[in-house]
Amino acid sequence: MTAAADLITFDKVCKSFGGNRVLDDLSFSVAGGERVTLIGPSGSGKTTILRLLMTLLRPDSGTVSVGDDYLFHEKRNGDLVPASDAHIRQVRSRITMVFQQFNLFPNMTVLRNVTEAPMLVQGKSKDEAVARARELLDLVGLSGKEDAHPSQLSGGQQQRVAIARALAVDPDVLLLDEVTSALDPEVAADVLDLLRDIAKTSDVTMLCVTHAMKFARDVSHRVLMFCEGQILEDGTPDQIFGNPREDRTKAFLRSVIDEA
Amino acid sequence: MDWNWSIVRDFLPQLGEGVLTALEATVLGFFVALVLGFVFTLLRRSTIVWVRVPFAFVIEFIRSTPLLVQLFFLFYVLPEIGVTLSPLAAGVIGLGLHYATYVSEVYRAGIESVPPGQWEAATALNLSRRHTWTRVILPQAVPRSIPALSNYLVALFKDVPQLVAITVAEPFFQARELSAQTFRTFEAITMAGLAYLVTAFVLSFFGRVVERRYGRVYQ
Repeated sequence: MTAAADLITFDKVCKSFGGNRVLDDLSFSVAGGERVTLIGPSGSGKTTILRLLMTLLRPDSGTVSVGDDYLFHEKRNGDLVPASDAHIRQVRSRITMVFQQFNLFPNMTVLRNVTEAPMLVQGKSKDEAVARARELLDLVGLSGKEDAHPSQLSGGQQQRVAIARALAVDPDVLLLDEVTSALDPEVAADVLDLLRDIAKTSDVTMLCVTHAMKFARDVSHRVLMFCEGQILEDGTPDQIFGNPREDRTKAFLRSVIDEA
Repeated sequence: MDWNWSIVRDFLPQLGEGVLTALEATVLGFFVALVLGFVFTLLRRSTIVWVRVPFAFVIEFIRSTPLLVQLFFLFYVLPEIGVTLSPLAAGVIGLGLHYATYVSEVYRAGIESVPPGQWEAATALNLSRRHTWTRVILPQAVPRSIPALSNYLVALFKDVPQLVAITVAEPFFQARELSAQTFRTFEAITMAGLAYLVTAFVLSFFGRVVERRYGRVYQ
């Protein structure tokens, strides 16, 4: 990606959990349309970054911006003040997330899982939402499962529905939080293939936490290696995977590959 | 001790009226408990300390005092400050208020049984607070609450005889009338007990039907 404007900016973000500093004065930006994979040992803050962006967590200090807006702050009379719920909701509308545990709504059919947000949040008509949902279910290979309930689907199928549900809100930013970690290897490979296709055919900005290094290499424009709440290395997939600069990165990549 | 069938036969219409009165108190009282219980749950979840803490105290107070004392208070004490209630109204309010504290606990457990991932998915889809509650959380919390609620329905019904103390004409009230008139205490009290037993069975059967129909998160 060249010269695209920054869509996401973390500026001096700190976040601790009970005295344990997970993000330490972290600053970085992601350009619009860029696909970024976050790698690093567990506890290095990758998932915390996604959860902050999704507003499931609040930063202790620092700012996060999406486009021209601060996510957790508003400008009022030139001062930066904590954002109202309405402001957060408005900025958040550009972002959505796919979870490790799918988190489909078990009380709704597959179709309603996908149409609910477009209808309730974006005010789409039922016909429009249903038509788009059918298109997306077809894309993820689940045509014919519209009336099933999540509990009747396998894990891989549930995650496909979750991907369709996320795409249905037309996000600018798609957060993928270890989306294949709860799946069997074979099923995981299929879901990753689906995400490869989606990455190739859309210009959605992706932030992806994954242990699937081959997938990261295939789809990302950029890889960020995290260690102890800071970015240890920032480069292209070829550079990070082919020729890592830091010993810590080399050790991490070795351990992940041994495991796979 | 002999059993007099003709006394029993003559008592049946009166007993039937008593059962209907007991059911009326049960249904209305339970309705009050369901609605008020939800209000209690919301108040206790309030983010405002000045709402949450005093109401937690009030709820604990109601739950920790005997129903009978509450009924006496509503029926015999309130008139002294100018609030006069009919026996049934006092009974319904007393039962409703008392059971609302238990029902509120059931709702709380139901809400907490919804996995955190459901709230997170609702946030990720940017659902409003209202829609998160009405479309995601409550449709999952309510079915999980139904078995416990149906237990409390039967429990509430079995507390209805306490309304004798405030002259509600439920089966035991009728039985005491009968034994005062005829001195057939054995028949009167036995029949009232049987009336409660049979009705309680019917109510718990009804509870199980509702459970089977609505007690699952997806149907």
